[in-house]
Amino acid sequence: MLDAIHLSCERGDRRLFAGLDFAVAPGSLLRVAGSNGTGKTSLLRILCGLLEPTAGEVRWRGQDIRRTRDEYLRDLVYIGHLNGVKDELTVRENLQIAQAIAGRRLDDATARRSLEAVGIGHVEHTMARFLSQGQRRRIALARLFATPDAPLWILDEPFTALDVRGVAALSQLISSHVVHGNTVVLVTHQDVAIEVQRQQDVELNGGPGSIAEAAC
Amino acid sequence: MLSIFMQVVRRDLLLAMRQKADVLNTLFFFVVVVTIAPFGIGSEPALLRDIAPGLVWVAALLAAILSLPRLFANDYADGTLEQMLLSAEPLSLIVLAKATAHWLSTGLPLTAMAVVFGLVFDLDRYATLTLVATLAVGTPVLSLIGSIGAALTLGLRGGAVLASLLVLPLYIPVLIFGAGAVSAVASGLAVTAYFLLLGAFLLFAAVLTPWAVSIALRISVE
Repeated sequence: MLDAIHLSCERGDRRLFAGLDFAVAPGSLLRVAGSNGTGKTSLLRILCGLLEPTAGEVRWRGQDIRRTRDEYLRDLVYIGHLNGVKDELTVRENLQIAQAIAGRRLDDATARRSLEAVGIGHVEHTMARFLSQGQRRRIALARLFATPDAPLWILDEPFTALDVRGVAALSQLISSHVVHGNTVVLVTHQDVAIEVQRQQDVELNGGPGSIAEAAC
Repeated sequence: MLSIFMQVVRRDLLLAMRQKADVLNTLFFFVVVVTIAPFGIGSEPALLRDIAPGLVWVAALLAAILSLPRLFANDYADGTLEQMLLSAEPLSLIVLAKATAHWLSTGLPLTAMAVVFGLVFDLDRYATLTLVATLAVGTPVLSLIGSIGAALTLGLRGGAVLASLLVLPLYIPVLIFGAGAVSAVASGLAVTAYFLLLGAFLLFAAVLTPWAVSIALRISVE
């Protein structure tokens, strides 16, 4: 259960949003929409705890995430704009190290399976420097395939630089993650169909956030 | 908990090995500063023997400052630092691991190089040993304290200059006691007190800096 309680965010002198409230139940998908510069990424960073909200708080399982940071971070996988991929490491090393930094175990079989699933299994021993933008994005996304047991995924524009098949595979992964009772928060400009039972939308438009609840 | 420490140290050393230019740059700077000084000062052996410890120490300190930006800047730019902040493991442990790896890839080679400079400047065996030992205890302090400056100035324009301004005053005591120990040996005094102080700096820095750096990183990444 992820709750935002009266969240406000100011960057510089600009107020991005104020008084934003929503509650995301397990087994549902939250889509954050809004045009450029309305604070979507800031909202996701607040939800992760990377950014302090100007006012309000974020609760996970009913607890303020600032107070229970360790347990919260154990449950969370965040994929931001930046891939966190090192040019000087091979694809496989990148995944292994990213998981190690997150404090998660990764055995060889899972690593291989995850890289295969995102379609970069054939280049697993290639240095990341030689890969295309889309392939580098896939290294970051492989963490999702390697961490199916994390109850909360927060994804910032996960579909950028992916080809059609990559988008399809990822949207399927997201919907199966949600179906299994987990929560996914997602920002995307692409109109990708993700089949889930329960979906909520948050629209950021510079004013107080409006929330639409949709059941598909 | 120990495993995340080892993993991060291994990762940073692996990266340092694959980006040799960065590490060699620091070492090259150190060697050049020390070897070029006699051309300006004059090649009187007795004079050089007197100033050698201080010279080596100053060069090591400047080399350490030169290498500070790469401590966090790359991880910040490519998003790895964000992931470190979101780790379920303690951030201070990751920071300590990064400072350790930084020392292993800069401080340790500088310390090893000091053996050669002991010979070049004709220091006696005991003085060389003391110089190397002070650097071995002192350079980790430089890496630890430097990481505070690097973390505070992360993402700022002209951050490298600001970082050096921030950490230089904190480096001075290490320099004084490090170089002082070698001079003390040359004048036949006991060096225990110098080493106790350097050791105290090291323990103090190892306990407090990871914590301070963690806070600084959280602020910088906002």
